[in-house]
Amino acid sequence: MSVFHEIRFHGRGGQGTVSAAALMALAAFEDGFESQAFPKFGSERRGAPVEAYVRISSTMIRAHNQVYAPDAVVIQDAGLLRSEALLRGLKRGGLIILNGEQNPDSESRDFRWICLPASQIGERHLGRSLPNTVLLGALAASTEWVSPGALEQAVTKLLASKGETLIKANIAALREGVGFITQAEEVVA
Amino acid sequence: MKQLLEGSQAVAEAVRLCRPQVVAAYPITPQTHIIEHLAQQVANGELAAEFINAESEFGAASIVLGAVAGGARAFTATASQGLLLMTEVLYNIAGLRLPVVMVCANRAVGAPINIFSDHQDSMALRDAGWIQLYVESNQEAVDTLIQAYRIAEACELPVMVCMDGFFLTHTFESVDLPTQAAVDDFLPPFHFVRTLDPADPMTLGGGSEADNYQEYRSAQQAAVEDAQPVIEAFDAEFDDRFGRAHGGLLQAYRLDGAETALLGMGSLMGAVRDVVDKLRDRGQAVGALRLRCFRPFPAQALVRYLSGVQRIIVLEKAISIGAGGILASELRAALHQAGMMTPVESVIGGLGGRDLTPQVIESVFHETSRDEMGATFRFAPDHVMPDETDHG
Repeated sequence: MSVFHEIRFHGRGGQGTVSAAALMALAAFEDGFESQAFPKFGSERRGAPVEAYVRISSTMIRAHNQVYAPDAVVIQDAGLLRSEALLRGLKRGGLIILNGEQNPDSESRDFRWICLPASQIGERHLGRSLPNTVLLGALAASTEWVSPGALEQAVTKLLASKGETLIKANIAALREGVGFITQAEEVVA
Repeated sequence: MKQLLEGSQAVAEAVRLCRPQVVAAYPITPQTHIIEHLAQQVANGELAAEFINAESEFGAASIVLGAVAGGARAFTATASQGLLLMTEVLYNIAGLRLPVVMVCANRAVGAPINIFSDHQDSMALRDAGWIQLYVESNQEAVDTLIQAYRIAEACELPVMVCMDGFFLTHTFESVDLPTQAAVDDFLPPFHFVRTLDPADPMTLGGGSEADNYQEYRSAQQAAVEDAQPVIEAFDAEFDDRFGRAHGGLLQAYRLDGAETALLGMGSLMGAVRDVVDKLRDRGQAVGALRLRCFRPFPAQALVRYLSGVQRIIVLEKAISIGAGGILASELRAALHQAGMMTPVESVIGGLGGRDLTPQVIESVFHETSRDEMGATFRFAPDHVMPDETDHG
């Protein structure tokens, strides 16, 4: 079966947005797909808007362009919705994973919204309000584009140099993101 | 074994597999991650090299010049202003016929200052006497880096591996890293016959006057020209050993029966091949030709590949200010020399990191050539967002 998914991640410098994209691509790779992750090339500064892209494919990925028509958008900071066109190009029926309590944009009913308090969940596990692995768990569980097991492998690999404690905490955060989808009802606007 | 690696890390791993004894560099975006990984490998004891964080790119280039003259295999990498700061030394390395290998993480040149990718930096060094190989993917960057040492040392010529900054250096994608044993088999240890040795003193880089300077240049020109079959042969041998080839001098894609050829270099050619597939599906007779080796310029091979087409569109990410497209100009000269008058449309785009999207490439194909008086090139249109008016 032919598979091709494109994802755009939005966040702020310091929130692990580029890492989230790398983790997603690595998980897809662990699951046997071709994948690609890259940041929108900007001067990295803490707090500044950051974008990163992921492609997942059953065949070799040749293009190295940015993602313009994503199947899903992951928003790590709801505050960015006020100033950035985060949904630009998102395919009709596309998925939005939002780090926030509720859908702040009732105009956008063309899309499927999943909203979860990822910063608070991240804070509980990591001691810092890092939402990225929580949102990845929700993305994996709601799309099934990658398996949660592969995401855990990716976390273990990519954070190998950061120590066992941080890996375990991120996996716990990731699992709670997965559980948010599998256990609770989706919050659809 | 296939791994998902950032391009910079992948190329740093390839450098490690080539066992350089000296690595010297000065950090500059987007080359930085390559050098950071190499520094880490040396610190971890995985790479037995002298790592020298130079005081400038001029210093870094001078260090690898000296290292190779002293018989060591050496590596450096830079980009943009850093490459330009190396310029004087790079001419010397080439003139001294020293087999230095470097990576240029292609980046725009200021002013205005811009850290993003185009080909202006390495194209500005096209006359320096370095072999220049432009890669399309991170796999090709790895494989070409390994081939580069073999080519450099066989020809006693320096090789610049040009990989697009960010588009390749900062992209995670799957890469098959060869084993150390396989690389050792392909790339024997470096034995430089002209090694400077205090026990057996000789001069490297003596003066030359009008009576023989031109003969040096003529010999250098012949050596670079003669590298063409060597580049092809080592890519073919690499294919035999590792099961991957990258076209040698150039790589054709669906050119059979094509009326139009899209020609270009580097990472943009992946999107070009996607566009070719789409247009072919719609019945358009179009193919692509990727120039991998820009120096030496494979004029005869280009003519051979393009002899059947009626229209050539050259996409290039650099401009010779006051003249236009560099690649297109050289292609026109090659075609003219072969008695061919095939129209060559020169399209300059992707400057300063602007994304040459499939939509832009397709629109360039659909645009009819504007034969304005004296217009030898045009700029690619900017990208238009798909479904921009729909929502968001």
